[in-house]
Amino acid sequence: MIAVRKLVKKFDGNAVLDGITLEVEQGEIIVVIGPSGTGKSTLLRCINFLEQPDGGEVQIGDVRVDATRASRAEILALRRNSAFVFQNYALFANKTALENIAEGLIVVNGWPKAKAHQRAREILERIGMSEKADAYPAALSGGQQQRIGIGRAMAAQAEVILFDEPTSALDPEWVDEVLELMKQLAVERQTMIVVTHEMQFARDVADRVIFMEGGRIVEQGPPSQLFSAPKDDRTRAFLRKVLNEVPPQCAAGI
Amino acid sequence: MDTLNIDYMLGLLPVMLKYLPLTLKMASIGMIAALILASLLAVVRVLKVPVLNALTIVFISFFRGTPLLVQLFLFYYGLPQVMSFLTQIDGVTATILGLTLHFSAYMAESIRAAIVGVDRSQTEAALSIGMTNLQLMRRIVLPQAARVAAPTLMNYFVDMIKSTSLAFTLGVTELMGATQKEAASSFLYFESFIMVAIVYWVMVEGLSFVQRWMEKRLNRAYQR
Repeated sequence: MIAVRKLVKKFDGNAVLDGITLEVEQGEIIVVIGPSGTGKSTLLRCINFLEQPDGGEVQIGDVRVDATRASRAEILALRRNSAFVFQNYALFANKTALENIAEGLIVVNGWPKAKAHQRAREILERIGMSEKADAYPAALSGGQQQRIGIGRAMAAQAEVILFDEPTSALDPEWVDEVLELMKQLAVERQTMIVVTHEMQFARDVADRVIFMEGGRIVEQGPPSQLFSAPKDDRTRAFLRKVLNEVPPQCAAGI
Repeated sequence: MDTLNIDYMLGLLPVMLKYLPLTLKMASIGMIAALILASLLAVVRVLKVPVLNALTIVFISFFRGTPLLVQLFLFYYGLPQVMSFLTQIDGVTATILGLTLHFSAYMAESIRAAIVGVDRSQTEAALSIGMTNLQLMRRIVLPQAARVAAPTLMNYFVDMIKSTSLAFTLGVTELMGATQKEAASSFLYFESFIMVAIVYWVMVEGLSFVQRWMEKRLNRAYQR
């Protein structure tokens, strides 16, 4: 289980996260939507302390960390209970696809190299990237790099995978293959929190959609409810805006 | 111009080659030690390790701010007067020590710049899978920084090879010292010093070959 309690993050005195409280059950798929600059990415980055929150508490599995007195060891434990997928993939440029996936198992979990590579091969198979095992990131397309990025997160066998706009940096032609892989993980009930602008994905895959604005959770609920009968004016305004930007046949699917 | 004594020049070669290993030994031990020290200094600077960071800044400032020759004299002639345990230090050791400290200061700054140049998101990715700062440095950042810093570091190695000639001022008979002795007894200064210049030159050119090979290898991961 993941629990975030009264999480606060300020940049130059501005509260980017203004007391976020959120509980996520094991196997739950959460999609976070909202206008740009409302703290969605900051929320994810505070959950694993890539950004140090200014207040509140984060719990992932059996690790519970108070932001105001988080020790280095606690932060490390928290990060080892979670995995992160970055918007710009952030693959290790000096490692092959296989090594990118195996790296954490070797360095963090202390697995022997052969065992880690064996597991990495299994993951490559699952993400359909077996032929690219020995390719370096520079030789891969954006979509392929992001699939490896997801594979790296899968290898950690973390309680939760945090996805920070995983398709936003991709050329349109690569978006589907990444979303398909994420759907596959959702079917396997991998707990995930996804920040995305892909409304169709949110509708199809999420158990719960969270709408954030101004550093707060404005509204949340199952996609069927949130997309068809939003309660808050701000949610309605946001959805009207983004759904008008997508082709009508998609919007009609509400 | 009088005629050059070609026979004398060729005769010098075997003498010089006898002292070449010492020159190479000082340069390569100095280089390896300087690389290790410079990497540590650079990591201290990048991670802003408390206290050590301040000491590192002073260290780098001193060894970049004073001439190598002064530093060598300080180690060899100066320090033993105030620190008696150093009386045993011989010229070769003093040279290696001086080269190491001097060049590590320069190399630390190159390595630091290369580290800072590694894409920040890879650092975050390494942290996100639970690596410690040292693990991410060793496994992810330093190997990539090495590629960026390699050409500059090779230049320092070239410089270091040539700087071993200063050992002769500490009474070490290495390539330069041996040449100096030969010249002093034959009075054929031009022949002697042009020969030693050629030997250094050939050595450095040989190194350039190695450098090209190394850069190709380091760039392997980045070809599309």
